[in-house]
Parts: sequence; structure tokens; C-alpha cells
Amino acid sequence: MIMNEIFAIAGVVIKELVRRKDFYVLFVLTALITLIMGSVNVFHDTRIVRYLKEICLLLIWVCSLVIAVTTAARQIPAERESRTIFPLLAKPVTRTQVLLGKFLGCWVACAIALAAFYLFFGVAAMSKEHHWPLANYFQAMALHWVMLGVVIAMTLLGSLVFSAPSANTTICFVVVAFILLLGRHLDKVAVQVSEPARGLLQALFFAIPHLEFFDLRDLVVHDWPPVQWLVCFKAVAYAAAYAALFLAASCLWFRRKPLN
Amino acid sequence: MTTTASACVPDAPPAGAGTEPKWPRTTAAGGTNRARNATTAPPEVITFEHLRVEYPTRERGAPAKLAVKDLTLSVHAGEVFGFLGPNGAGKTTTMNVLLGFTRATDGEAFLFGTNVREPVARQRIGYLPELTYYYKFLTGEELLRFYARLFRIPRAEREGRIDRVLELVELGPARKRPIKTYSKGMQQRVGLAQALINNPDLLILDEPTSGLDPVGRMKVREIIQRLQHEGKTVFFSSHELGEVETVCDRVAILHQGELKAEGRVSDLVSRHGGNLEQVFLRVIGYQP
Repeated sequence: MIMNEIFAIAGVVIKELVRRKDFYVLFVLTALITLIMGSVNVFHDTRIVRYLKEICLLLIWVCSLVIAVTTAARQIPAERESRTIFPLLAKPVTRTQVLLGKFLGCWVACAIALAAFYLFFGVAAMSKEHHWPLANYFQAMALHWVMLGVVIAMTLLGSLVFSAPSANTTICFVVVAFILLLGRHLDKVAVQVSEPARGLLQALFFAIPHLEFFDLRDLVVHDWPPVQWLVCFKAVAYAAAYAALFLAASCLWFRRKPLN
Repeated sequence: MTTTASACVPDAPPAGAGTEPKWPRTTAAGGTNRARNATTAPPEVITFEHLRVEYPTRERGAPAKLAVKDLTLSVHAGEVFGFLGPNGAGKTTTMNVLLGFTRATDGEAFLFGTNVREPVARQRIGYLPELTYYYKFLTGEELLRFYARLFRIPRAEREGRIDRVLELVELGPARKRPIKTYSKGMQQRVGLAQALINNPDLLILDEPTSGLDPVGRMKVREIIQRLQHEGKTVFFSSHELGEVETVCDRVAILHQGELKAEGRVSDLVSRHGGNLEQVFLRVIGYQP
């Protein structure tokens, strides 16, 4: 029964995303860039489709992160700024339900966006390769979506901690980019420096959510065999633990936060 | 208004209260049953007990700002209660405590005998904020459907209720238009519709006629009077003292966080002389 309120709030978040133009602009941009690049074959390389797939997947990753972070970052601040939070909390709902509803809405909205992006990607790739490795695509999309859950939970927490949504958006982008690009190398860097930097870097390495675990772009680009399903489930559990941690912190913070 | 009094709010009982006796209502764990005197007087719908609200100040070492000081007040079932005071008197803070937006520093507040800290206390209330704060990308119909879901109104009943409240506030033709296209008066009316969607036993209205034209004010006043005839309790704040005098059974006047006067409008007027406006000015110590 507790889910009724969460689903209702999530439904409003999804409607908002569907009615905003952000997603459509990003989708059209990705499609245009991919189609233009796909129509050009500069070096008559038969493996050009790999480059095309790599660029398209990179665009999908960037667009999905933009959608996830910007959507999650504005949820609570926009409710407070437009004061829609008051009639909402005057109903028999708790702040925890509001927050979980916002999370679910953003996450499901990202799933809809990802489905559209990956469908386009699949069609574009199939038109060149004439085969469709469904298991690879499914694993890449599913783990991508699970990773976005961690990003959305982290951004929601940021939206409560930082006063300005723009500051939260920027910080979240920087943190996510840092984790994706440098997160996996932190332990290697740590062994090359002296204490206390070594200890700090090692602590950071184990503390951050390793979002790069969920990046299966190479698998799709090079048509490697699918990852073992058990590994996928472990990755999902890992992401669920981090998302739960961020959401629990957000709920505690939101319960104490004055609305005015 | 074109509808009849019986069509003022949906006929069915509010979701979650359908099979329960109206009075008294037991409290959630840790609460106190404030409806214990139900046999001798109309039951208390709103109760404040020694309510005190302080806001911390940003300046280091500065004392906390006292917004409400030792407020003890009760509103009974079926009353239209006016909550008056000049700007900064503590009316909105008191309403915020009642709606669970702000925590009291000391004292307690109860809705239908249930501590306001429990979300279930808000199951039987409707709230209309001073200004229109709704999701502008939703249509009027979608907004009402959303709020109806939060009250767990069964799907089969939901659409009927939406039709009735939209008819009541005369927004039927605009129900499928996004709220961002509504005029100010229409937005206030959709606000009233959302406040009535759960067929509330108590309506909390924060300056419901603020910014409305005379026709809009008259319509809101008519709705309040209809609700009164149906036995609903209405608790509202307003600066329109003529309007308060017309519709209210009792009023309370707050000034600088303190309750300065409380009673029936007729009693206050006969005690202090003049009209409610003159009573109000005298009570808050206004010197021309």
C-alpha cells in the first residue's frame, strides 16, 4: 500500500519529462550525428561500423547522464521553489515517500529514454551489420540503467545538500566524470604516492561507487560474448547497495530540512 | 454557482474513512485522544496545546525568533473559524505546524485527535494555499487524478469525484487544458477543487480570496457557506475582515505570535463595539 503514493509521485515525474523538450532534443541530436557519420565512409574501411557504434554509444552515455542528472537535480528544488511541495505534503504522504517517488520517476523516465536510444542504436547497427546480438544489447542497456539509478540517487542527495540546483548539477557531472574516467586507476596511483595521500586515495577507491563496472560499450562494439549473468546480478546488487545508501542519507536529510 | 448544495462535494465518504465512525477517532501510537469530550460538546477538529514555535536565526549568539508563543486553541466540528492577524503575526507558521510542514518547538497540535506529526492526520483535510502552487505541465484533470491517488480513492470512484469537483468550481470545459494556460482565477479554482477531492471533513484555507476579483471572491465565499451547511469545518486565514464577519462563526486574533482574542464574532463585536475591523485594530493595539 505504501507504494501507491510512490507510484503516483513517480507518474508525475515521468509526465514532466515526457512533456519537456530536453529528451527530444538530445535524441534528435544523437540520431543526427550517428546518421551523418554512418553515411560517410572516408577510408572505405569495412570495420567502420565499429567506430560508428562506439560514437553512438558514447553519445547515448553522455545524453543519458545529462537526462538523469538534470532531471534528478531539479526535482526537490523545483518543488520548493514553485511551492508545489506544500499542497503535496498537505496530503497523507511522508517526505520519504515523496523522495522515493521522485527517485522512481527519474529512474523509470531514464529507462524510457534509454529504450528509445538503444532501439535507435540497434536499428542503426543492424542496418550495417545485418545481425542483432540481443543478449549483448540487453546487458549493456540493463547495466547502464542500473548505473543511472546510482547517479540519480546521488544527485537527489546533492539536491538536498547544495542550495543551488546548478551547483549540484555541475558537482554531480564532475564527480560522475571523475569516477568513470579515473575511478579505476585510483588504487594504482595510490601505490605510487606516500602517506597520507596513499591512505586517502585507497579509502577513496573503496568508497566511491565504481560506475565503470556498468560500462559494457566495448562488449557491444566488438561483439564479445555476453558477460556471465551471475556477474551481472552481482553488479546490480552492488549498485542497489549504493543507491540505497544515497537514498537513506537523502531521506534523513529531507526529513530535517525546513521547507521554507 | 450553478450547482446545488448537495453537489458541493463528492457524496461518497473520504477514502480511508469510509467504514470508520466519524467521532471519536483514535490516535496513532504516542498520540493523545483529543476527542474524549465528544459526548458533551461538538468534537474538537483542530487542537493546539501550548504551541510554541521558534525559528533559529543565522546570526551567531542571537536569540531564536519567536513565531508563536504558547498558543492554546480549539476548533470544533461544523464551525467556520477565522484565523486573523496582521502580517508576521504567526498565522502561516501555525498553519504550517498544523499541516506538518514545520515542527513545533514545544506543545502539540492535533487534527481529529491525531497528532499532526502522523501523516494519517491529513487524510481528512483539504488544504488551499494562499497562492496557486500546482504542476503547471499537468492538466486540471490530471492534477486532480494525482491528488486523488494520494488519498487512495478507489479507481472506480475517482473519475466521478473529479467530474463533480470540476463541475463545482466550473472548470469542466478547461479540464483537459494544461494548468499553465489557466488564468489566476481558474488556478485558484483548481486549487479549491484539489482541496475538495477527498471530500474532506476539514478545509484549511490560507487567504482563499487573495488576488481574486469580486466575482471570484463571491464564488469562494459561496462554496465556504455551502460547506458550512453540509456540516464541514472550515479553518481559514484572511485579511478581508468584512468577509470573515460574513462567513465565520468564531475567530481568533493573533498578534506577534500571541493569541489576543478568541470568540464568536457577535460576542467580540458586542464586547468591543463597532465592527470586526474596529475590534481587530483595537485588539492588536493599533493607534491611528
